[in-house]
Amino acid sequence: MAKVTIDGIEIEVPDGTTILQAARMIGGDIVPPAMCYYSKLKTSGGYCRTCLVKVSKGSEKDPRPMPKPVASCRTTVMDGMEVLNITSPEVLEARAGVVEMLLLNHPLDCPVCDQAGECHLQDLAYEHGKAETRYEFPRREFEKIDIGDKVQLHMTRCIMCFRCVKVADQITDGRVHGVINRGDAAEISTYIEKAIDNDFSGNVIDVCPVGALTDKTFRFKSRVWYTKPVDAHRDCPTCSGKVRLWYKGEDVARVTARKDTYGEAEEWICNSCRFEHKKTSDWVIEGPTKVDRHSVISANHYENLRLLKASIDRQRASLPHGDKVDLGTGALNPNNEEK
Amino acid sequence: MGKKILLANDHIEGIRFLDTYRKHGGYASLEKALKSMTPEQIVEEVKTSGLRGRGGAGFPTGMKWSFLAKPEGVPRYVVCNADESEPGTFKDRYLMERIPHLLIEGMILSSYALGAKTSYIYIRGEYFYVARILEQAIDEAYAAGLLGKNILNSGFDLDLHVQIGAGAYICGEETALLESLEGKRGNPRIKPPFPAIAGLYGCPTVVNNVETIAAVVPIVNEGGAAYAAIGVGNSKGTKLISASGHINKPGVYEIELGVPVEEFIYSDEYCGGIRNGKKLKAVVAGGSSVPILPTELILNTAAGEPRLMSYESLGDGGFATGTMLGSGGFIVMDEDTSIVKNLYTFARFYHHESCGQCSPCREGTGWMEKILHKILHGHGTLADVDLLWDIQSKIEGKTICPLGEAAAWPVAAAIRHFRKEFEDFIRNGEHVNDVKHYYRLNNLTAPIN
Ligand SMILES: Cc1cc2nc3c(=O)[nH]c(=O)nc-3n(C[C@H](O)[C@H](O)[C@H](O)COP(=O)(O)O)c2cc1C
Ligand code: SF4
Ligand code: SF4
Ligand code: FES
Repeated sequence: MAKVTIDGIEIEVPDGTTILQAARMIGGDIVPPAMCYYSKLKTSGGYCRTCLVKVSKGSEKDPRPMPKPVASCRTTVMDGMEVLNITSPEVLEARAGVVEMLLLNHPLDCPVCDQAGECHLQDLAYEHGKAETRYEFPRREFEKIDIGDKVQLHMTRCIMCFRCVKVADQITDGRVHGVINRGDAAEISTYIEKAIDNDFSGNVIDVCPVGALTDKTFRFKSRVWYTKPVDAHRDCPTCSGKVRLWYKGEDVARVTARKDTYGEAEEWICNSCRFEHKKTSDWVIEGPTKVDRHSVISANHYENLRLLKASIDRQRASLPHGDKVDLGTGALNPNNEEK
Repeated sequence: MGKKILLANDHIEGIRFLDTYRKHGGYASLEKALKSMTPEQIVEEVKTSGLRGRGGAGFPTGMKWSFLAKPEGVPRYVVCNADESEPGTFKDRYLMERIPHLLIEGMILSSYALGAKTSYIYIRGEYFYVARILEQAIDEAYAAGLLGKNILNSGFDLDLHVQIGAGAYICGEETALLESLEGKRGNPRIKPPFPAIAGLYGCPTVVNNVETIAAVVPIVNEGGAAYAAIGVGNSKGTKLISASGHINKPGVYEIELGVPVEEFIYSDEYCGGIRNGKKLKAVVAGGSSVPILPTELILNTAAGEPRLMSYESLGDGGFATGTMLGSGGFIVMDEDTSIVKNLYTFARFYHHESCGQCSPCREGTGWMEKILHKILHGHGTLADVDLLWDIQSKIEGKTICPLGEAAAWPVAAAIRHFRKEFEDFIRNGEHVNDVKHYYRLNNLTAPIN
């Protein structure tokens, strides 16, 4: 076991736990945002750099601070480690920089994007970004391509998180999905636009944090916030059959995996459940679910965030630059705001 | 004359070939090592020598070697980094072209010292003709029993392969190199684990630069102490410097570490002074990634001491007033050079070479290039200089591999030391004599006002 302190909150975790996982065990505002890490995908994480944190004390044995911010999703805790996330102005500044980079070439076409309302990039931009961009050049664009008859790839929106590549690698066999080209010309591609023909290929849609991989059977059917999530299951010969149905009125508009607080699929589902079972009679309904984290869906998400942000800004302003603050989560609870 | 160890025989005709190489003492170290030294003794000699990695980072080689994990039943690998793609650096090419057997001899010694039975030389795609020279030399070595089974009847076996890359700077980063060597896309790995624990095919691996490995030969021949007697402070031995730019005698020079920078630039033994009697303006001392320094700071440190060609002296003053020895790519710029234009060239390079894995480097390198392109075309604003500064600070230290820093440092240093030139360029369009010429040459729109 290792004892780690994140933003002044101490927790004991098993050896080998990453800083991000430890933060998720604590929960709440001190959890760094993660755009590329996905706990169910091996070797995921490390790419987007949104989860950067500062290690102000390496460990009990070697208390030296780490010289650079580290990716919390890929750094394992050491006994006695001390980590600063939202209590470090330096980290918040670095993160704002990363968010700006992620949005640099993003088309910001949320009004016509199917992901709007459940997009992690939208949330991230709102929570950690700045209101305006300093980028004045034309943005990168790609042609839309169909990968198979059910999935569309709109590369222009991609943030290169590599999650879909890991899905293709790890849960579908005979991978035909990867990255071509280099640098900011890099793109996700399938082998000569080959249809991904595999029972589990649809999961790339669920792992994509943005609207780059979308469900063609749901295209433009509805904005997600007009649909109602309901958990359901069926006896499926291929997967667990545990899914989330999204109702528009009486109709099942789409089927997805069930996702946890951090937007990760609880269990992978097969293409048959996802694309071919869209009648209520196909399913045993378990009851409506509350989707708690996601921006537009959860009531007042943005309002709470605004208060939280104001509170952090105020604390930040009152500090000499570079100083660390010791905040209990209580101080950051928006409900304590007006005290 | 400074002492030459690596290039002592480079002028000898036919030194490329085995018989001539052996006639001049080639492979003597191998006889010595295999017959009278244990692998551990070689590692000790390398430690004693104080040799530091010549690929850019200057990490002590003996220490790197002693970190190599040695689990039972798992193969270990020695990989030579011959990707040499840092702009301004061409010393490894020279060494491999001229004296390929020196590298091969060093590879055999290193593999013996580290217990590797298969080793690789990973060479950049553009050096295909050099790869052919190496392959010929390797064939000669196999035929002479210097490679393969039971080398010189010692019972030690080694296979040595040359692998050609596809011409990507990023494949010089050691973990991207290993990925590429495994046949994958050349993306740097996230560390830890370091190659010494899990490198090629997940096995313990040492990656060293061509020059580093070649230096093991004289260290075994003469002993680590003799090597350590050359140089100053913690900069031991000799270093190959690729000198280029506006000098009378560009080329590869072997120097004893500690030669004063001024002597290196102006003496006839080395660069022979600035071309056409011009004045020196700036130097990039260790390959395009290291901070550029103006004349005052490259010839003398901020404290007024003469600056020496050594790790410590070039690093004196940190990045505020110093730079790095890096890979030894010494680029000299005369008074007519436009720092703005030069920076644009560097920025374009890093943009082109970013692998695209991590967002700050993928997006930030392109952004910086675009802003510099805009400035160069006369559309820049003073705010762009601050923006460039801010962007580089958002990349530096926030990426997976050091290419992020390599892209950020030149921008930071150019602005730190030449901010006025950027501002003048933006205000007046031209500051340096050859800029007009540059516009004509490249058919670009002339700067406005
Ligand atoms: C972007 C990048 C490019 C590099 N290119 C080279 C190269 O071409 N040759 C080289 O020897 N080292 C290069 N390096 C350094 C290697 O990662 C590694 O540190 C070196 O090969 C270790 O050998 P050494 O200890 O002998 O210097 C590069 C590093 C980076 C980050
Ligand atoms: S398409 Fe989506 S999942 Fe795949 S790399 Fe891009 S953003 Fe990530
Ligand atoms: S810093 Fe640049 S080159 Fe290095 S891994 Fe990140 S994107 Fe690739
Ligand atoms: S979530 Fe850690 S780097 Fe992307």
